[in-house]
Amino acid sequence: MEAFSVVDNRHEYAREWKKRTGGPVVGVLCSYVPEELIYAAGALPVRVLGSHEPQDVAEPHIFSMFCPFSRDVLAQGLTGKYDYLDGMVHGLSCIHMRQAFDSWQVHVPTPYSYFFPMPAHLQSPHAHKHLEFEILEFKRSLEEWTGKAITDTALDEAIEVYNRNRRLMKQVYELRKGDPPLLSGVDAMEMVLASLFMDKKEHNPALERWSGEITQRRNTIEPGIRLMVLGSENDDREVLRLMESLGANVVIDDHCTGSRYFWNEVLPQKDRLSAIASRYIDRPPCPSKDLVERRRFDFVLKLAEDYGVQGAIQIQQKFCDPHEFDIPPLKALFEERDIPSLFLELDVTVPVGVLRTRIEAFLEMMQMEELV
Amino acid sequence: MTQIKRYKSERLACWQQAKELRNKHYRDIWEAKEKGKVLATGGEYSFIPLVAGLGDYEFLGGEPYGATVGTDQNLATECAEAAEARGFARDMCSYMRLYWGSMFLDKSPWGKFVKPDFCLSWHLCESHGKWYQLVSEHMGIPSFVIEIPLGPRTQNRREAQIRYLVAQMEEAIDWMQKVTGRGYDDGLLIEAVSNEIDATAIWAKCCELNKNIPAPLDLKSMFSLYVISSLIRCQPEAADFFRTLYDEVKYRVDNQIAALATERCRLYHDAEPVWHFLQLFRIAEKYGAVVPASFYAFVVGTAFEADENGHWLPAKTMAERGAPLKNRGEALELLATSYVDRPGLWGWMPQQKVTDSLSIYRDWQCDGAILHLNRGCEGLTQGLTEAALALKAAGAPTMVYESNMVDPREFSPTQVVDSLESFLESLGLTKLDD
Ligand code: SF4
Ligand code: SF4
Repeated sequence: MEAFSVVDNRHEYAREWKKRTGGPVVGVLCSYVPEELIYAAGALPVRVLGSHEPQDVAEPHIFSMFCPFSRDVLAQGLTGKYDYLDGMVHGLSCIHMRQAFDSWQVHVPTPYSYFFPMPAHLQSPHAHKHLEFEILEFKRSLEEWTGKAITDTALDEAIEVYNRNRRLMKQVYELRKGDPPLLSGVDAMEMVLASLFMDKKEHNPALERWSGEITQRRNTIEPGIRLMVLGSENDDREVLRLMESLGANVVIDDHCTGSRYFWNEVLPQKDRLSAIASRYIDRPPCPSKDLVERRRFDFVLKLAEDYGVQGAIQIQQKFCDPHEFDIPPLKALFEERDIPSLFLELDVTVPVGVLRTRIEAFLEMMQMEELV
Repeated sequence: MTQIKRYKSERLACWQQAKELRNKHYRDIWEAKEKGKVLATGGEYSFIPLVAGLGDYEFLGGEPYGATVGTDQNLATECAEAAEARGFARDMCSYMRLYWGSMFLDKSPWGKFVKPDFCLSWHLCESHGKWYQLVSEHMGIPSFVIEIPLGPRTQNRREAQIRYLVAQMEEAIDWMQKVTGRGYDDGLLIEAVSNEIDATAIWAKCCELNKNIPAPLDLKSMFSLYVISSLIRCQPEAADFFRTLYDEVKYRVDNQIAALATERCRLYHDAEPVWHFLQLFRIAEKYGAVVPASFYAFVVGTAFEADENGHWLPAKTMAERGAPLKNRGEALELLATSYVDRPGLWGWMPQQKVTDSLSIYRDWQCDGAILHLNRGCEGLTQGLTEAALALKAAGAPTMVYESNMVDPREFSPTQVVDSLESFLESLGLTKLDD
């Protein structure tokens, strides 16, 4: 796709941004990092995404039973792909990524490094207060690093730019509700991936232009089986391309590199840090933070309903513990709602042949059921 | 032929008592309901003193239960397969899979599985809260989670973490009263907190004595001893037991009584062992190698604190702390502080583990390290690869083996024993005559 082909040149984009603005670039490893603060500090937060290239440099550092994404992330650090980073921030999520961050700190040190201890029990009435404390600590740390205070004005501006970005992407997602959807799943994924590393002040106008074009252009997408994809971190456009080439329309997702990243906004309050804390507590949860009640499932089912989903594909990075907890009960829930589902396991590179056969069989089964 | 030095060695006198306490604990759990006691379940460090305030109670700790099931290879395989049949992946926490399998099959080493009244779990490892989410759904019982806040240590953060923990504990007490319909006795809470502080601190003192040469305790025996802290640390019997044990271990140190008569090499071990193959440590002993120290064993049920240079020292007992606890607030604050100050839990960060491993290795005078890349526990394998690199860089001969603490399908005895024997030989050790 033209609009966000920058996804294929993300390192060049970040390097060029740095040259142009003179600002620092900060790598981010989890969608629970409150990026608004980094942005308000004048830095560009850049989520480290998969390279999908085989590697063997991470093995001594990351246990082979940790997820391939965590190894892929570290390998990119070790091989210098992110040598332009001035800082690295990780938000507490899963153990595997914590190990990647930790090894990155030791073996690829950056001038600034911060572990953001995002609480896990977000349903606790006491989590907000603790998170506010951590956000304040993070703010202080960024201020110390940059030598500049993060003012309320800077925070307001960051919140506004981020909220606008979230709103615009949500509007584009709305265009996927039609039958056929006005954009492909691959295009939607590229849009969100671009947002994960672009300066949102630049992503926003690109989004506005692009969503205008989508609504104006002749829709060439063929109607197909409406799929939801959900699960672990997923930035693998090839897998989505494969699904869509086999007659599916991927119309919605529940990934931290998709809807979960941008679904809700910061609701402005006088106390900006408290407002940011509320946003991260109220966002659609990662399974690792979905305690004690299961609130993620309501979000998933609501998406399925709103987007007219006919089938679901649960995508898991091999060994991804947080999602391994949710996959069987979600499967049962889909069954209860007569939504057929398929489980796919991802590695750094995907065995296209095997995936093709499984996806094809799944779609055929659904087509047969529709005929009956 | 070189003469091997031989120390005096004798069996621990309180060994039998430890065994009886362990057996009684599970009997008590399985009889809890018929005796009208409250029965709770959760991760083994789930702030059990909170439950004590409800009156007569028992607590089924998930990890020791998983380990117990794991000692019976047939039952372990059956339970693991039952969890897998329900779609749960084989690489998930293997204690949890055995616990779940046992629950799904309604089968335990003592007959049917028990139905607790509620779940109360700490949440340190990302598996903890999710583990009991499923237990709660399957059994139809309510569940409560207390999160251990993580993060690199600063004074500010330490205080915020204690506040967060205390607030959650206060809420847990109200919640337990609501779901059980029972009243709450702060006196019982205070007693249980005091017992826990004493049991875990005195056990840490016993572990500290293992810095001596020869080591008075070996890791295999320590596993049978720490379990008293892990299972019943809030009960007075545990602190009493560790007081007796401390005296005995101290006597052994003063009189050069060794756990291994032929001690000539000291090894550091981490993470959990393969529970049905503890004879691994006996094989090392045949070469004169004893294991006196382990990050894992020193974290579980043991209250160490770290000084400013990162050395692990036993936390204070109630008597050493001075004033007894007066009220609920003080009890909760002390309990929270004792968790937050425990170096093994600081941040639960891989790099912290590297620092701690090096510190323990040196302070317990080790000559080599054996690290278990345990496919059944991501919590304790985090940091282990980096610890191996750091230990090697510090000149510590290090062996790494990959296996699973309780899933017999992922353990190859020949391979592990071969690696161990080659490692011991590389340290210049030879098998000693019996
Ligand atoms: S894919 Fe899963 S295990 Fe891997 S980093 Fe993401 S949440 Fe963690
Ligand atoms: S730390 Fe290990 S044993 Fe404990 S719950 Fe986590 S994975 Fe299981």
